[in-house]
Amino acid sequence: MSGEQGGATAAAAARDGGAPGYDVRRTLPLRVEAVRQFRRRRTLVAFAILLMLPWILVGAFKIGGDPGREGGAPGLVDVATASGLNFALFALFVATGFLLVVAVALFCGDTVASEAGWSSLRYLLAAPVPRGRLLRQKLAVALGYAAVAVLALPLMSLVAGTAGFGWGAVSLPTGGTFPTGQALGRMGVIIAYSLVAQLVVAALAFLLSVTTDSPLGAVGGAVGLVIVSNILDAVTALGSWRDLLPTHWMYSWMDALQPQIQWTGMAKGTALSVSYSLVLFALAFRRFRTRDIVS
Amino acid sequence: MRLGGARLRERWDGTGRAARWTAAGSALVLAGGAAAWGLAAGDAPVRSRAQTVRVVDGPHDDQRVALDTTFFPPAGGGKGPAIMLGHGFGGSKDDVRADAEALARDGYAVLTWSARGFGRSTGQIALNSPDYEVKDARQLIDWVARQPEVALDGPGDPRLGMAGESYGGAIALMTAAYDRRVDAIAPQITWNSLPDVLFPNYAGGGPATGVFKRLWAGIFFSAGGQRQGDACGRFLPSMCALYQRVAEAGRPDDDAIATLRRSSPASVIDRIKVPALVVQGQADSLFPLDQGDANARGIARNGAPVSVVWYQGGHDGGDAETARVRGYLRSFFDERLRGRGGGPAGFTVTRASGIDSSTQQVSVEAATARAYPGLRANLRTLPLSGREQPINNPAGGSPASISALPGLGALGGLGDLGAGALAGGGLAVDMPGQSATFDTAPLAEPFRLTGAATVRIRVSGASGTGQDGAPLFAKLYDVTGQGAASPARRIADPVRIDATARGGEADVTLPAMDYRFDAGHRLRVVVSTTDMGFATPAKPAAYKVAAVSGLSVPAVPALRAPAAPLPAWVWALPAAALAAALAIALTGRGRRRAAGEFDADRADVPLEITGLTKAYKNGHLAVADLSFTVERGQVLGLLGPNGAGKTTTLRMLMGLIHPDAGEIRLFGHRVTPGAPVLSRLGSFVEGPGFLPHLTGRDNLDLYWRATGRPRDAAHLDEALEIAGLGAALDRAVRTYSQGMRQRLAIAQAMLGLPDLLVLDEPTNGLDPPQIREMREVLVRYAAAGRTVIVSSHLLAEVEQTCTHAVVMAGGRRVAAGPVAEITGSGRRLEDAFLEIIGEGP
Repeated sequence: MSGEQGGATAAAAARDGGAPGYDVRRTLPLRVEAVRQFRRRRTLVAFAILLMLPWILVGAFKIGGDPGREGGAPGLVDVATASGLNFALFALFVATGFLLVVAVALFCGDTVASEAGWSSLRYLLAAPVPRGRLLRQKLAVALGYAAVAVLALPLMSLVAGTAGFGWGAVSLPTGGTFPTGQALGRMGVIIAYSLVAQLVVAALAFLLSVTTDSPLGAVGGAVGLVIVSNILDAVTALGSWRDLLPTHWMYSWMDALQPQIQWTGMAKGTALSVSYSLVLFALAFRRFRTRDIVS
Repeated sequence: MRLGGARLRERWDGTGRAARWTAAGSALVLAGGAAAWGLAAGDAPVRSRAQTVRVVDGPHDDQRVALDTTFFPPAGGGKGPAIMLGHGFGGSKDDVRADAEALARDGYAVLTWSARGFGRSTGQIALNSPDYEVKDARQLIDWVARQPEVALDGPGDPRLGMAGESYGGAIALMTAAYDRRVDAIAPQITWNSLPDVLFPNYAGGGPATGVFKRLWAGIFFSAGGQRQGDACGRFLPSMCALYQRVAEAGRPDDDAIATLRRSSPASVIDRIKVPALVVQGQADSLFPLDQGDANARGIARNGAPVSVVWYQGGHDGGDAETARVRGYLRSFFDERLRGRGGGPAGFTVTRASGIDSSTQQVSVEAATARAYPGLRANLRTLPLSGREQPINNPAGGSPASISALPGLGALGGLGDLGAGALAGGGLAVDMPGQSATFDTAPLAEPFRLTGAATVRIRVSGASGTGQDGAPLFAKLYDVTGQGAASPARRIADPVRIDATARGGEADVTLPAMDYRFDAGHRLRVVVSTTDMGFATPAKPAAYKVAAVSGLSVPAVPALRAPAAPLPAWVWALPAAALAAALAIALTGRGRRRAAGEFDADRADVPLEITGLTKAYKNGHLAVADLSFTVERGQVLGLLGPNGAGKTTTLRMLMGLIHPDAGEIRLFGHRVTPGAPVLSRLGSFVEGPGFLPHLTGRDNLDLYWRATGRPRDAAHLDEALEIAGLGAALDRAVRTYSQGMRQRLAIAQAMLGLPDLLVLDEPTNGLDPPQIREMREVLVRYAAAGRTVIVSSHLLAEVEQTCTHAVVMAGGRRVAAGPVAEITGSGRRLEDAFLEIIGEGP
């Protein structure tokens, strides 16, 4: 960015016109952005909910007793209290469709829109933090928080579940079991896939975040589109068109809970999520780069 | 109830669907039902002709029977090979209409008929006897040969295949044995030897010493059309008498065995010399896999090519895999009747490989091998533990253990997925005290058993046993590492072994199956005295049972399931998306390339604006051809009424808005979004912008760290002094008054003492002493060689502070120069201003 010959710092500064000590590569460090976001009440509330939910669920099972079988369909809820690992899987199952979506949309949808709402965005850009860099740093931090949110729930569930129901092998709803070693491996696959599956939500929220100045609009818009996608997914008349819905494969991590992992669903889900995300992120960068900041 | 018919399937399909592992609790992820591509548009219409064909049969060829038939010519017109489709026991020609239409659509001429004694056909049921049903079928072939749409091999000899399930499969085998005109057969889930099916003895004693398969026999017989007051229904009286005789005795007589054998392909298997596709069900306790094995090996011995398919369904229920089985039939007949390649592999086994979570359906994969190796391939022996165990036959034979029940096979597919324990969970499978168990050691690695295992057992110490020996039931269980046991397949193989005091030994063949035992699991042989499906003695008895050999287990490692291919889009889509993303992100970048453009001659000019123009999307021209220059040390007032374009200009100056034309240079550097030279600019435009949850101090600190510049270059103390917030500095900004925010924002603009300071309405919200102080600060700031631009509408304010002024109106510069010049002599700036913008006196 500065000189090609790498002369003295002062000369370099003069050449690119920056003030002494200004280096574009040092603008908006990740740590600074992380601190700026972390102290927000919404961050703390989101994590509090994610970290408390497992304990609330453990309490619910303790008060309500063993989950009763209703109907003929065995589900993760039937074996939720079999072990800590089982409980973590159950918690992930109940959170995948909405709670994690909201958490991910919150971190990624709010990040730029809230700065625009506070008017602090224009001062960052005039600092100057170049637009591409600002977006990159904000995206990295937002994705980091989103990933921590997706990780926090199953990990805290593991702790809560182990405290409540003990450590042991995973009982599958279909009747088999995994020894703990294998189960931890599967758990890793499941969490990794959950992260990838939520990427599309993150990308959608991020695009909305650079498009609107209202954080609520960005987060709500992303969650709303996920809900619409889920509703369309329930329309069986759409047939295989539903395979292209961004949320269609959200629960494919359950394929890792079979005696032999079924990779097909997760492969399709990953392909779709990554594809949507790439395009949405690219749109976000392009839009932000060329946009007039009037907030 | 129909056997082999669609109705059993339908009934148990419901069970299967309910038992599928649905994502309970999620209203948003609804279980996808059957695939939506059922009878989609585009299927050619299939015509059909219902017709009564009159035939003559009986041992003396003197019985006239009217057969109800339907003929489906090839849907595309022209001539096609003929296929005769038989129906299951208790059904009629209507059961196979869908299959017939599918074949007709593929260009075959298809004949379906209700066998004598069924549907609207007349006559009585003779169980596919060569004297009756086989003669009927041969005359139907004559009829088929006369149809103009049927391709002929010779006069009166149609190019002909026969297929059918169960009862309809047996007639295909029998007719192929008795009529040379049959060119290929595809019998499905049917029998090889009826006496061995109804009186099985898997210790090798033959049907005479077999154990009566009471439950299935009763269901089978009652499907023959009983009505009140008519115990025989539509059975031939001699057949009815035979059944009543053996059912009452619980054992066959020689005459019954001989009659049933005449109705069995086993009796004529050496005459079946046409290519065959033998489809047998893995969920079938009526005609288990060994029946298909006997048919396949018998035909193969005659030199005819044979393909074997084991699919998920069968008489017990399970996944009918209709599409897959139809596909095999079609490719088989295409190969054998039309000479097209690509028929089914020698041996195909379908296996539940998992559950597709997006559709909640059990996904089934097909493993194939080139040749069918039979039930006893690649044997190895697993040692069995377990000493001799005493077991009891309860008085009255009740309560009886439960293994197969018609319909329970629906859970078979899940059993392969480790759901066996669940399937057995609600059902007491083995009654206490009635069964002996012998276990292998835990498997070091997964083992897939394909075929029928055998074990030699000794039974002795009998008290109260009958003259034939003790009927026992041998089953194979899968025992998990935790000790939970479940049947590998819900099938029990009955044996009868001499169990007198001296005792007897026999090699027992366990149920044939394809089943994967996981690593750490054990195989368990269970020998029990009772089974719900069979007739057992009412007399109480006690035996001792011991396993005297290891468990000899077969495997077919040649069976390979091709890895389910991922659709091409799994790879293509992300690649295309990446290309699209790069195209989106990298195009339209042109206006940024000018960054860093530097005019060294103007390095000392803090601000030079040339021909600046900006029109908003709505067409409003905010700034038009604006040019002015600010020199070092000036305090410039930017004046203009609301909407004059001042703020738009300042935003372009900060790189927030892209100008449509013209340029802005700071210290010789052209301003573009994020241009490094902006770091020499301190700005406060259109109000403060702070993170409300942080304190004033943290806001300034984090802002400075965001600029990436050294901490000591911030001159934080000087800025804070200007802000004058005192203790409030450590409160969250959201608690600040507007004036406090204003002062904090000006302090932020002054961080690092920028060479050019731009303040937009800096005195808004300040009280008079603060205004006065601010004025002094600005003057001092410029006096140190820096430059200040103040935009304001308080003209008196500007007059007192600024050295120079630029007046804008309607986006254009209407005046510029030293304040004194603009005002002229003795005028107040206000008057000059009003005059300049055209509203003066």
